[in-house]
Amino acid sequence: MINSKQKLVVIGNGMAGINTVEQILKLTDKYEITVLGNEPHPNYNRIMLSYVLEGSKTIDDIILNDLQWYADQGITLYTGKMVKSIDGENKKIHTEDGLEIDYDVALVATGSQSFILPIPGKELPGVIGFRDIADCSAMLEAAKTFKKAAVIGGGLLGLEAAKGLVNLGMDVTVVHLMEDLMERQLDREASAMLKAELERQGIKFAMQMQTSEVYGQDRVQGLRFSDGSELEADLVVMAVGIKPNIQVAVQCGMETNRGIVVDDLMRTSVPDVYAVGECVEHRGICYGLVAPLFEQGSVIAKHLAGAETEGYMGSVVSTKLKISGVDVFSAGEFITQPEHTVIVAKDEWKRTYKKVLLRENKIVGTVLFGDVSESASLQKYVRQQTQMTDEIYGQIMGTGCSNHGAKTLSAETMADDEIVCGCNGVTKKAIVDAINDNGLTTVDEIKACTGATRSCGGCKPVVEQILQYVLGDSFKTSAKQGICGCTSLSRDEIVEAIKTKGLTTTREVMNVLGWHNDEGCSKCRPALNYYLGMINPDTYENEGDSRFVNERLHANIQKDGTFTVVPRMYGGVTTPEDLKKIADVSLKYNVKVVKVTGGQRLDLIGVRKEDLPKVWEELDMPSGYAYAKSLRTVKTCVGSQFCRFGTQDSMGMGEVLERKFERLDFPAKFKLAVNGCPRNCAESCTKDIGIVGNDGGWEIFIGGNGGIKARLADSLCKVKTDAELIDIVGAVMQFYRETGQYLERTSEWVERIGLEEIQKAVVQDTDHRQALVERIEFALQQVEDPWKKIINDEDTRKNLFEVVTPSIV
Amino acid sequence: MIKNAEWLVVGHSKDFPIRIGRTIHIKGAEIAVFRTSENELYAVENINPHPKRGPLTEAIVSGHYIYDPLYDWKIDLKTGIVQEPDHGQVKTFAVCEEGEEVKVSLETV
Ligand SMILES: Cc1cc2nc3c(=O)[nH]c(=O)nc-3n(C[C@H](O)[C@H](O)[C@H](O)COP(=O)(O)OP(=O)(O)OC[C@H]3O[C@@H](n4cnc5c(N)ncnc54)[C@H](O)[C@@H]3O)c2cc1C
Ligand code: SF4
Ligand code: FES
Repeated sequence: MINSKQKLVVIGNGMAGINTVEQILKLTDKYEITVLGNEPHPNYNRIMLSYVLEGSKTIDDIILNDLQWYADQGITLYTGKMVKSIDGENKKIHTEDGLEIDYDVALVATGSQSFILPIPGKELPGVIGFRDIADCSAMLEAAKTFKKAAVIGGGLLGLEAAKGLVNLGMDVTVVHLMEDLMERQLDREASAMLKAELERQGIKFAMQMQTSEVYGQDRVQGLRFSDGSELEADLVVMAVGIKPNIQVAVQCGMETNRGIVVDDLMRTSVPDVYAVGECVEHRGICYGLVAPLFEQGSVIAKHLAGAETEGYMGSVVSTKLKISGVDVFSAGEFITQPEHTVIVAKDEWKRTYKKVLLRENKIVGTVLFGDVSESASLQKYVRQQTQMTDEIYGQIMGTGCSNHGAKTLSAETMADDEIVCGCNGVTKKAIVDAINDNGLTTVDEIKACTGATRSCGGCKPVVEQILQYVLGDSFKTSAKQGICGCTSLSRDEIVEAIKTKGLTTTREVMNVLGWHNDEGCSKCRPALNYYLGMINPDTYENEGDSRFVNERLHANIQKDGTFTVVPRMYGGVTTPEDLKKIADVSLKYNVKVVKVTGGQRLDLIGVRKEDLPKVWEELDMPSGYAYAKSLRTVKTCVGSQFCRFGTQDSMGMGEVLERKFERLDFPAKFKLAVNGCPRNCAESCTKDIGIVGNDGGWEIFIGGNGGIKARLADSLCKVKTDAELIDIVGAVMQFYRETGQYLERTSEWVERIGLEEIQKAVVQDTDHRQALVERIEFALQQVEDPWKKIINDEDTRKNLFEVVTPSIV
Repeated sequence: MIKNAEWLVVGHSKDFPIRIGRTIHIKGAEIAVFRTSENELYAVENINPHPKRGPLTEAIVSGHYIYDPLYDWKIDLKTGIVQEPDHGQVKTFAVCEEGEEVKVSLETV
């Protein structure tokens, strides 16, 4: 049989080209596809380069379709191939290195390139754009040796580059021609707030400066401006705009303007050649964002598959800045014109700004700063030019409580082909189908199946709404998730079963309770190990092989496989003798860095695994448990012993508490602070338990957290005596041990259980408090110092820490 | 099993406890050996297939899978293949027990 498939050749292995191919593959298999791209990589998510630069993602993380994918789909991929020309007459494509490929249908998806200012010195080494992996690697590399960077351009790309470079430790100045940052997406107000926030994050600005020259000898040394002033820089990133890649199109006489001119079906002026993405100009507009190109791709896919399509009508674009802690969003029209009706809310204290523009009562544009939670619905209103109503006003401006209803509604009314996940180009329909066809019930499953939420995560709330909308009433019940993928049982059900059925090992729990996975996973095994130990402190035998490496080896693993050792320093107090010992051991074992931790202790970083037991032995100090789900540090201030304000002995109390409660397992790490007076120098408001001395006793705070989910502690109660203080601290700890979910910090626990409930359990109900205290005392009798234990145990020492180097080889 | 491969004795059976990895240095290679609850031995190159690398020995072992200690990737000890949603593969080596001796072959399987 002759191959009846038509040859589709895609020029450009970028986001638009491959997304279009993905959409085509979903609709038809009548094409035999070849992709030519001049970058050496498979298809990656260009948007995410900002995260790679910032350090939160690696290049590998941002690959969208790996080589295996191309193979699986039967696509022939040429990487590192530059297309030179298209021969429209004979339907052939030529590459620079002489390859010739026939096509029936061709798709130009060559994207664009960074616009480099035509000024003297632009070709000096150290001057780059921000466009691809190569640029990104160049910046990462430069940051290792150089200090000063200048980013020309205060738009989205420039600011993201600047933030990345600041994170890499560079001194960064953004040079901007205009008065306002991101002036093409933000109004003056939002722009000023943005600048202030970024300055706080360490970026410097040179506004209204026109760069006239790049100077330097063998490498860039700085910028010269039109007013004659200069700025030193060892790295210059030009982020002043993009230029569509149209050489291939120009060469074959295709109609081009700024970009390749296409009609509503994305056809170019050459028969059977289509174009998509940033290289395209549609109705006079070139787009520089991904959402439009997904919409364009969907038109091409439908057309090529022979399905009905209205054609591409242009896109309403929206912008979101991907810098952590800076939420900015804009869509549609954003500069106030006389004909607009404007709704504005500015809150200088919370640093939020919200503006919605109406024309003839229709929503035509918006700018959000600081709080972008309404961005998804506003974007939709702008696109559909929705009439403003009381209900919508209430939803977006936050009056009344129609919020919840409105949100579910938005998932319901959202168009099927609307892109929910911008990073991965997943439409609402794709998500709905995935839920229905595969019976999905969780966001994680949707992620695994469609890729939505896989990248920046910004679309998660909407995905959740869709899930809720599709599942309707069954959402709640079916969303019941166990503690991990191995079981559908909740924490409480498991703990209950351990108690009533008298289960004694993780294995037994898994067998009796019907785990799907015989030996569990890295989520449930440590959790079960904890619950079993908490329930039976005297009889349960800790399972080292069910603990995360840090808790098994009693030191913190670092990314290079070495370990960090942190000795105890009760209440953050040490002695010259101990410091000397720490210094001696650090020298002897070649410790890479000695660092003061956030909790007032010393980190010895970079110890080899084999050396750990010897290091502990020679330090001859107790383990600081810096690795454990256990009491970490008790941070203290100077207190009444020395401080002129101190009313209570905070150092003394800190030491007492740390000695008393150390070594016990908790659901998560646990931190304390003790202050001598309400000036709060030891920052007790961000600790699991914070204690503040006052003239007549102490005040106890709980549930604070300074970490990823920052939360200020709540005042639990005031006590008069030290004994009462110690009792209540112990009771809180035990109550948390007994009711907390594994890995749940007290900040979440307090919110889940409720402050009043905890007050009742440990303050008001003194009998209950007493029972808790007795149980924690009992558990405390079972603990021993792990370092000492291992030093004295030849077998564990050998099996856990020694590297085998056979003598025979 | 590989027939004509060169087998190297790397230790005594009791050096390899259940569900605890051991690092072995042999002929310039660094290998992590694991014993599963079913008493099967597996050997893989001690380099995490994650782009940031790091060791594997300290992984949590479950059946013939390990959960890597740094990034929690799930890796099949039989094939070295990283499980979805992550990607990659680690080199695996043949390992066997003869009497009380544990032997490894440096030829990859
Ligand atoms: C750092 C950065 C951050 C961004 N952030 C966002 C964001 O937050 N939100 C957003 O919506 N958009 C963002 N964008 C823009 C988004 O990445 C682009 O809109 C999108 O990648 C365009 O897709 P494309 O396929 O048209 O072009 P590209 O993804 O650039 O793909 C084109 C490919 O074609 C190749 N090519 C060009 N000419 C030839 C030739 N002659 N022969 C062979 N191959 C060729 C190119 O090398 C390239 O690999 C960002 C872009 C960058 C650089
Ligand atoms: S909290 Fe009060 S007692 Fe403690 S150091 Fe500060 S001022 Fe002094
Ligand atoms: S929008 Fe970024 S992951 Fe979905």
